[in-house]
Amino acid sequence: MHPTVRASALAVTLGLASLGAQAVTLKISCGAVGLEFQLCKEETDAWAQKTGHEVQVINAPNDSNERLALYQQILGSGSDKIDIYQIDVVWPGLLASHLVDLRPYTRGAEKEHFPAIIANNTVGERLLAMPWFTDAGLLFYRKDLLEKYKVAPPTTWDALAAAAKKIQDAERAAGNTRMWGFVWQGRAYEGLSCNATEWLASFGGGAVVEANGKVSVNNANAVKALQTAAGWVGTITPKAVLNYAEEDSRGVFQSGNAVFLRNWPYVWALAHKPDSQIAGKVGVMPLPAGGTGSAGGRSAATLGGWQLSVSKYSKNPAIAADLVNYLVGAAVQKDRAIKASYNPTLPALYKDPDIVKANPFMAELGSTFAAAVSRPSTVTAGQYNQVSNLFWNAVHEVISGKTPAARAVADLDRQLNKLAPAEKWN
Amino acid sequence: MELRDDHPSLKQPTAAATAVPRSRPAGTLQRARRLQAWGLVLPTLAVLAAVAGWPLARTVFFSLTDARLSALGERRFVGLANYLGETGVLADPQWWASVGNTLLFTACSVTLETLLGLGVALLLNQRSRLRTALRAAVLVPWAIPTVVSAKMWSWMLHDPFGVINTFLVASGLVAEPLAWTADPGLSFVTIVLVDVWKTTPFMALLTLAALQMVPRDIYEAAQVDGVPPWRVFVHLTLPLIMPALQVAMVFRALDALRVFDVIYVMTANSRATRSMSVYVREQLIDFQKIGAGSAAATLLFLTIAVITLAWLMATRSRLRELE
Repeated sequence: MHPTVRASALAVTLGLASLGAQAVTLKISCGAVGLEFQLCKEETDAWAQKTGHEVQVINAPNDSNERLALYQQILGSGSDKIDIYQIDVVWPGLLASHLVDLRPYTRGAEKEHFPAIIANNTVGERLLAMPWFTDAGLLFYRKDLLEKYKVAPPTTWDALAAAAKKIQDAERAAGNTRMWGFVWQGRAYEGLSCNATEWLASFGGGAVVEANGKVSVNNANAVKALQTAAGWVGTITPKAVLNYAEEDSRGVFQSGNAVFLRNWPYVWALAHKPDSQIAGKVGVMPLPAGGTGSAGGRSAATLGGWQLSVSKYSKNPAIAADLVNYLVGAAVQKDRAIKASYNPTLPALYKDPDIVKANPFMAELGSTFAAAVSRPSTVTAGQYNQVSNLFWNAVHEVISGKTPAARAVADLDRQLNKLAPAEKWN
Repeated sequence: MELRDDHPSLKQPTAAATAVPRSRPAGTLQRARRLQAWGLVLPTLAVLAAVAGWPLARTVFFSLTDARLSALGERRFVGLANYLGETGVLADPQWWASVGNTLLFTACSVTLETLLGLGVALLLNQRSRLRTALRAAVLVPWAIPTVVSAKMWSWMLHDPFGVINTFLVASGLVAEPLAWTADPGLSFVTIVLVDVWKTTPFMALLTLAALQMVPRDIYEAAQVDGVPPWRVFVHLTLPLIMPALQVAMVFRALDALRVFDVIYVMTANSRATRSMSVYVREQLIDFQKIGAGSAAATLLFLTIAVITLAWLMATRSRLRELE
């Protein structure tokens, strides 16, 4: 084809594309934990008004492994039903073959985000997702109850257990029979992997699979960590926690029935809404450390957070990428941080006075977010889901009292090594 | 003995033979009928082959490969490695645990719902003005989609917020709320009970239909002879409704062996309640292992087929004894 003919053909195609662009409907899949869904609707509506496009927001399951399964099914069939996916920090490797490289569309905006997250979202030179918000596990506590019983915010798990027991027993004796000490996420799902990653790291028990591919879970500190957690169930933690996800545990805490809660930052905004029963009574701090000083204990928070990606099968990838750029931009991230405590992925926003006023903890706990521990998703890549599944099931058997911790980690070690003979993951 | 129009005895000039026109020999008519029968059955067979045969064949085919959901095209033929290999389904203790769960679930739920269904049917079989209304009311649990009823029960059984725990604690039966779906000792029982709640109406209606076919006069004869009610039930009612009851039980057992929705909604992938279908889904979707997942699905299919055949053979011989 002659160059000028080709050029004019291209121009015509582009012209048609921009004509078509005026009536484009994009479909975005958002989470629905806390205020997520409502915010997503508001933000995409604002973009739609500005650009004249239409956006449909699709509700995804709350359990992240359920959501991953759904996404894998939709993407696996090459469907264009969803243009933009909200993906977890551990998924870029798993979904890489289905996502568009966003670098041509971002105009360098990725440089303003935390470099560690951008690195996490980049698979072999391809930027597969733009960070939307970042997460780290935090300990929420009832400031009023701790003051009432003159207990200091606990810095070790042992101190937490003692404080929880004391307050729980005293409150129950005072007639508050539904009171529990400590709630977290114990259902057999990805959230339990997040919780257990924190326990292991806080006791110096490793990261299940280390960065060099070596399975490290079979060690005395990991056993100690799991035994500690199993000891909570039935004493300071209701047995039902074995089937709790994020929102179940927040429900117990926010209805005033728990002293401590391990959860993600989004709880802050909800706990302080005017209709919350615990508004003004909540404190937040880093999670406790394992052991007592000499045993190598430290406070550890699992790195979480969500990104936005564009599907390779989308009919309008450029317009979809434009919406992604808008959503991860400073204006929207600031709004989300103030309204719903979603931690920005733009370091500059942490100095924003409005954000600091709404979420004092974001500035105070900066080191927690900076030092958050990752789940072994990078090294295990396509097998991460299997690794995490084996891990959460092993942990679930320990905390439900069916298997002793030492045997569970030995079994897990054997199963993981079978999954990756000679420490080779793919 | 069956009478067929090509039977030698019919070759004599009888009424049947003369009915056949002389110009068309008996064989032609038979062929025409056979063709017509095939013509009528063929569309059904084609639909069956398309919606059941093809997926089944494809599943068996995939079970012999190492295909992954993320890249279905790149697959290698691996023979029976997905079944018998070191990491094959048959070597996985989790598979056998899920087989055990499924069989236990089937045995418990089918037994309970058959007994309860029979009880409800006997009550509904009493002549009463309310019967029609009751018959409709009994169907309600069966009419609710399983996902909805399972979610509904999850909320009713929820540990701090559920209505059932509230009643139990208020009445002093338990000291603190029970974790129905979380406690590994309780979650299996909970799932069986929810399934029984849902499927008892099905058993009750099928049993009721069988009960209404039992001729009234034998009851009158029994009454005249002064036979006690329990003996009437054991020696008259039960044998007469047994064939229908057994068919209903086969239906339920087939359903229970591939149970998925109620378990998945209430306890997700928890090992304590994982059924074969949940295991298959986990392999196929969560782990993306189309090969291993298809192998497990094929084994699930074979398990159900073998159990059904064994059941049919066992009940058929017993039915013959009864006759």
